[in-house]
Amino acid sequence: MSNSLSILIIDDEAQIRKLLAITLQSNGYSIQEAASGKEALTCVAMHPPDLILLDLGLPDQSGHDVLKHLREWFTNPVIIVSVQNGEEDIVKALDAGANDYLIKPFRTGELLARIRSALRKAASVANMPVADYTDLFIDFANRIVKKDNVTVKLTATEYSLLSLFAQNEGKVLTHQYLLQHVWGPTHQNESQYLRVFVAQLRKKIETDPNRPAHIITESGVGYRFIGHGNDHS
Amino acid sequence: MVVMLGLLLHNLLGYRVVAFMLLVTVSILAMFLDIVPVLLAALLSAVFWNFLFIPPRFTLTVGTTEDRILLLMYFIIASVNAVLTYKIRQVEKEVKARDEKAKSVKFYNTLLNSLSHELRTPITTIIGCADNLQSNSGRLSEKDKSELVAEISVASIRLNQQVENLLNMSRLESGFFTVKKDWCDINDLIYKTLHRLEPNLQNYHVKVYISEQLPLFQLDFGLMEQVLFNLLINITQHTPEDTQITIRADAVEQSLVLSIADNGKGFPENEISKVFDKFYRLRDARTGGTGLGLSIVKGFIEAHNGTIELKNLPVCGSLFTITIPTAISHINKVKDE
Repeated sequence: MSNSLSILIIDDEAQIRKLLAITLQSNGYSIQEAASGKEALTCVAMHPPDLILLDLGLPDQSGHDVLKHLREWFTNPVIIVSVQNGEEDIVKALDAGANDYLIKPFRTGELLARIRSALRKAASVANMPVADYTDLFIDFANRIVKKDNVTVKLTATEYSLLSLFAQNEGKVLTHQYLLQHVWGPTHQNESQYLRVFVAQLRKKIETDPNRPAHIITESGVGYRFIGHGNDHS
Repeated sequence: MVVMLGLLLHNLLGYRVVAFMLLVTVSILAMFLDIVPVLLAALLSAVFWNFLFIPPRFTLTVGTTEDRILLLMYFIIASVNAVLTYKIRQVEKEVKARDEKAKSVKFYNTLLNSLSHELRTPITTIIGCADNLQSNSGRLSEKDKSELVAEISVASIRLNQQVENLLNMSRLESGFFTVKKDWCDINDLIYKTLHRLEPNLQNYHVKVYISEQLPLFQLDFGLMEQVLFNLLINITQHTPEDTQITIRADAVEQSLVLSIADNGKGFPENEISKVFDKFYRLRDARTGGTGLGLSIVKGFIEAHNGTIELKNLPVCGSLFTITIPTAISHINKVKDE
């Protein structure tokens, strides 16, 4: 138990906690549970987990507040699990430092994939020299991108976008975040550029741009970069 | 006004005719106004008639006994008239309300029947399968068990879809519903939806025609995804497998025109006008569906100030055409070096 990764489940519904606990334990994770925001914050302070699954609708305080408190010092991944499927709510949580989100009801496979991806990202070193995915290779030091072993010519903006995606593998990046980090704070409302560049980038790095395996659209929220094409499902 | 007219005609007709004109006026008023103003009108008209017309004119005194009786009778007739008309109107109102209530009760019953069927069927399946797995486990073969689990899975997906529709419908009707427009890549929108529907569409031939030059449009991506999702699901429910589905997106003037055609059997002509109605289901509809899918489609499109039309195609199949007037951006190819 001591060397397995620990996950804290924050959800006021006992049924959901039970389901998640069984699913996660059977996949080798150790589990902590909290039914309220207060309980969660105490729990995290005493035994900081490797990852947190946070429900946004808690009885004593909103999940957004819990997330805000957590992010003052807690740096491990937080995945939002929520029934509220308002995009604004999700964007707000992602902008406040959540790594990913899942909408209830979700499939177990999806949950496990998201957890693996968030933990892998947490484990990887921030300044990796190269990223080698099955069909895609990025050499960050020399700014070289290869698709199926053929060098791809990217424009400066396309490259910035791709490297930002790759550095945040598995994480949902909101439209706002991407615009701010690639185009700068004065371009926050010019999402049309983002759409066009994502489409162009897909044409260059995706095997089938209409069925993207790397740059996944998160409706109304942003995009998620998947490194290994088959990791998503 | 009638008093003025009476003054004009007084010399020609005499003051007794004026009384009848006033009576008619009070009766007409009784058809539209409440009881208090009508009685007031009856009283006032009696006073006016007396003051202006009954000799000696321009006094409130009444000269002859005959005129006194006439004045009294005028007032009684006007009042009775007012009260009776008012009562008739009340009764009519009640009958109308009762009819409407009966109608809405009937509508509600049909709705509840269809809803409870749509929700209870999957719930029954889930409870039944789970019970079986729990208490009958020893007698079930591994194959039976995995079949029961598969049934639970299918039923819960179906239940989730119905709940999703109901939530969307109440979102639309609550008034707390906003369209969050942002630039949309239609290509991304269509293929994202098709990807989500892959399991449902695997036995259909889907063709997509989008011009390379199609501009970006200001739309709510999430809502439009739901629109396409519901339309395509609807097609898979009403057309046999192997049907061809054609999706086309064009910019016509300042609008996005999306068309979705199939070569199935089309819709019965007399039902086309009703398919977007809430809870409407085709007479020969297969099981599944609450009759909400297409009304949500219409609601979401109208929230974008757009329109949706449905018609049957000349030989076979049907065509949905969505037109949404919206802002367009032509920066499809950006050169940044």
